[in-house]
Amino acid sequence: MAAAVELDGVNVTFGDFVAVRDANLTIEAGEFFSFLGPSGCGKTTLLRTISGFIEPTRGQVRIGGADMKGIGPNKRPTALIFQNLALFPMMTVAENIGYGLRVRGVPRHERDEKVKNLLIQVALSEHGHKKVSELSGGQKQRVAIARALAVEPKVLLLDEPLSALDLKLRQHMRAELRAIQKRVGITFIYITHDQGEALTMSDRIAVMNAGVIEQVGDGRAVYAEPRTPFVAAFVGQNNQIRGRITAVENGLATLDTPLGLLSGRNPVGLKTGEEALLFIRPEALALDGNGAGNGAGAQVGFEGEALDVAYEGSVTHVTLRVRTGQKITATIGGGMLPSSGETLRIGFRPQDGLLLARPASH
Amino acid sequence: MGATGGLTLVFGLPLAAALFFFALSAYERRMGLTTGLGFFQRNGLAVGLYLVLAVGFWVFFVIVLPQFSMVDMSFRPKLSPAQMGGPKDVFTLENYRYFLFGSTTSTSSWNWIHLKAFALTIGVSIAITLFNLALCYPIAFHMAQSAGAARLRILLLLLIIPYWVNEILRAFAFRVLLSSGGIVNKLLLGSGLIAEPIDFLGADIGLYMGLSYAYLLMMVFPLYSAIESLDKNQIEAARDLGAPWWHIHLFVVMPHAKPGIASGCTLVFMLCAGALAAPLVLAGPRTLWFTPIVYDRFYQAFNWPQGAAYAFILLITCVVFVLVVLKMFRLSLGEITR
Repeated sequence: MAAAVELDGVNVTFGDFVAVRDANLTIEAGEFFSFLGPSGCGKTTLLRTISGFIEPTRGQVRIGGADMKGIGPNKRPTALIFQNLALFPMMTVAENIGYGLRVRGVPRHERDEKVKNLLIQVALSEHGHKKVSELSGGQKQRVAIARALAVEPKVLLLDEPLSALDLKLRQHMRAELRAIQKRVGITFIYITHDQGEALTMSDRIAVMNAGVIEQVGDGRAVYAEPRTPFVAAFVGQNNQIRGRITAVENGLATLDTPLGLLSGRNPVGLKTGEEALLFIRPEALALDGNGAGNGAGAQVGFEGEALDVAYEGSVTHVTLRVRTGQKITATIGGGMLPSSGETLRIGFRPQDGLLLARPASH
Repeated sequence: MGATGGLTLVFGLPLAAALFFFALSAYERRMGLTTGLGFFQRNGLAVGLYLVLAVGFWVFFVIVLPQFSMVDMSFRPKLSPAQMGGPKDVFTLENYRYFLFGSTTSTSSWNWIHLKAFALTIGVSIAITLFNLALCYPIAFHMAQSAGAARLRILLLLLIIPYWVNEILRAFAFRVLLSSGGIVNKLLLGSGLIAEPIDFLGADIGLYMGLSYAYLLMMVFPLYSAIESLDKNQIEAARDLGAPWWHIHLFVVMPHAKPGIASGCTLVFMLCAGALAAPLVLAGPRTLWFTPIVYDRFYQAFNWPQGAAYAFILLITCVVFVLVVLKMFRLSLGEITR
């Protein structure tokens, strides 16, 4: 079976501006795939390229193995859910859902039957006759999904459809979207700048920055095994310390930093003398006197002054200022509660530190 | 009806109406039916008073009073100034009868000349309205949805600047353009497409062109503002769902632009049916338009009551026609002002 969507060296440029650069990607059939990145990173452009509203400047988009060059959005086996949903306000809910069938010339009774089923699927069977404006945010969301599913696309494209909802509804809709995807079994391609959404829903995530796909992997991979400084900093919280590699051994390396010699894992194979960044997650840091868990294994460290202590019950977020003036965030267990102004020793295990090459612009 | 009685009616009635509404609003406020700031509380006494007086004056003296006097006049016989208010000054349907049946001395049973002119005016106005809609919709759609900012500015200028030339001059320009020895005929003759000059003016093509062009903007701008407010994503969503372009226009863009289409059509139809300059200058020798007839009642026949009746007939017909069409398209009058 052919992959759902294949991007082969896709470039999209607008004048001098490169919106997408050399995207190479294979999205499998039935996968829940997310593009994660900050606004302006090119993820929406890429989505519009897949749906056919933008032709790639270079490269090829294949859907179900077929080249999509010159095939308009109305002829592609994709359906797009817009950020603002773009429901038709002058039509009823049922008419909205049936629109794609109507333009395909599906006979009326068959169309009505299908719309009825879709209304049941998205739990809106009581609302078919209503105007779209009479629905709540979450209901509108489900109408948009049903309208897109009605045309039985091979690939459903979603452009941040949850961004307009409030937090609670958003979390509910995450689960619902995931459930719908499992049920209908088609490929979902989801665009978001919210890492929480990407991590909870996706089978795989592509992290994008400035038009470039920086890393593709499942949620654990992009969180725990980032391969570029951008991914390390963008997905989850991270502390970063600059320095130069002084020694490399057994997958670990030592970095000469203004805070002293610190070591971490070296997955990308940095060599002695190279400029590097050391990333340590806040939850991997231990503070001196904090007897809970990771403190025991802490082998490397430096000192810092606690500036702010935010007690959250199960965890405490401590913001510290180190010698260079840089701020470091540590998330510690409930065992110890430092007070502001206190000087603490900050430690971490080398295997929790991650060394990545420092980009020239950093 | 004595002069004092008339004056009392003219000024007393609006005053009584104003007092009634003022009392009603005070009553509603007291009973808690309306909440929020009152009109004067919101605007202040001075500004509020100015608004009431200015708008009241405008509505009453500029709109209501002249129209009512015309209506009143249309129901009276033609009299010399000395006879006005005299025993012969009675209400009569004579002027309306004249429109339908002609002079009492005429031999034919109906006043065919005027009735035909009337039908022609209404029919051609409808045709021109539809033609303008067909012509302006693509322009407005392009301006509203696909043109860039620079292109939009140029298009707007190109649309507006010709209207700096006054209407009469524009009408005569069409005459020059379309006459037997005009540029269009010369071009057609020169290119060998025709052997004899075409009588554009005699065939009323000049009139149709002049009228269409005169009210083009009245169609373009309501359409433009209606289509402009359509979310581009809706067009894309329809396309993404597989709709061909004509389906998108018919079932997504036009339903959204319905109020704009209605207000553009209303304006063009009303103005066309009431146009005077273009028919006077451009109508062919065999064509009788209705507005010049009305004009002639006033200034050639010096029969003001009859002119008033004719003008009133045209007005009522147009208003009724527009309301019926709006009803057919399930639009309320309020919607077309949006």
